[in-house]
Amino acid sequence: MMLIKLLWSFLQIGLFSIGGGYAALPLIHEQVVDLHGWLTDVEFADLVTISQMTPGPIAINAASFVGARMAGIPGSLIATFGCVLPPFIIISILARLYMKYNSLDVIKGALKGLRPAVVGLIASAGFSIISSSWLNETGTSVYGVDIAAVLLFVATFFVMRKWKKSPILVICGTGIAGLIIYSIFGGAVI
Amino acid sequence: MKRDLRFYLKLMFYTFKISAFTFGGGYVIVTLMKKQFVDELGWIDEKEMLDFTAMSQSSPGSIAVNASVLVGNKVGGVVGSIVALVGTVLPPLIILTVISHFYTAFIKINAVRYLLLGMQSGVSAVICDAVYTMFKTVWKESRWIALITSVIAFVLVAVLSVNVIIIIIACIILGIILYGRGEKKA
Repeated sequence: MMLIKLLWSFLQIGLFSIGGGYAALPLIHEQVVDLHGWLTDVEFADLVTISQMTPGPIAINAASFVGARMAGIPGSLIATFGCVLPPFIIISILARLYMKYNSLDVIKGALKGLRPAVVGLIASAGFSIISSSWLNETGTSVYGVDIAAVLLFVATFFVMRKWKKSPILVICGTGIAGLIIYSIFGGAVI
Repeated sequence: MKRDLRFYLKLMFYTFKISAFTFGGGYVIVTLMKKQFVDELGWIDEKEMLDFTAMSQSSPGSIAVNASVLVGNKVGGVVGSIVALVGTVLPPLIILTVISHFYTAFIKINAVRYLLLGMQSGVSAVICDAVYTMFKTVWKESRWIALITSVIAFVLVAVLSVNVIIIIIACIILGIILYGRGEKKA
């Protein structure tokens, strides 16, 4: 019974969470806290914190977390399955349409108009990560600007452009650098 | 590209690896996917990756899952899309299932926070690098219109927090008006 409730609940979350990221939060909160009481408000806040500390989209994190707490491994599998099924079906249909019609002039034009905007959107995601990383009170901050983060960014960007290192290697490298720097100078709460 | 078992295992491995290192939201994974599937493997081209990003943003579900399903579908058909889906979902599924048992202790681990603070710098550098090369692609395609649209989209989202869907719809309309009647033959 629990499994069916989890499945039904996360099917809805999967279907109605448009826009990605935190746009899905109110919907997840409604299902998980208000409707079913699977998590308390405090546990939900913890879930958001965990999601920031672990990889993966928030909706999938929520499904795996709530599912596991309510019904163990079967629960996390079922809830995650529910969460990805509706988007999977819809995006597969879109993929079909894209392959079929992307040679039409109208669609080609629409996509050509859209591409620069996508670059702008990705840049804005970068901007928000940079601002939260630089404007941060840590042990290496001067007047609210985290000097270590700025230097680490500049060094990393230089390394990436010059030696074309794999991004995952770069991200891991900066993680270790952060671990060393902030263990010595003290870090902040994210 | 031969779609044999080896190929699907590779696809699973790459999507798993990318998903396991995606901290900081959907657009981060898109830049990692671009690096892997466009720059390193050449399985898809840069314009397709931008199209996939726009489609992922406009469709229900997370950008990360949608984008990898689109890449999987493109390189390996329906089986490919399922393989990419599983590869992308497994890391958070495993991690969150494990953490759910001792999450109160996990949240308090300072080392994890320090690691993440450092990783933010790496993620920002990766995004800047990807934005630079992606911009070169759209510049080649539509020049000043590309510059103006990308800057306006950036300002609207980063500074004014305008809803992304509005920008996407506006650019679709703009694209159809400007280019919708087909390329003029020179």
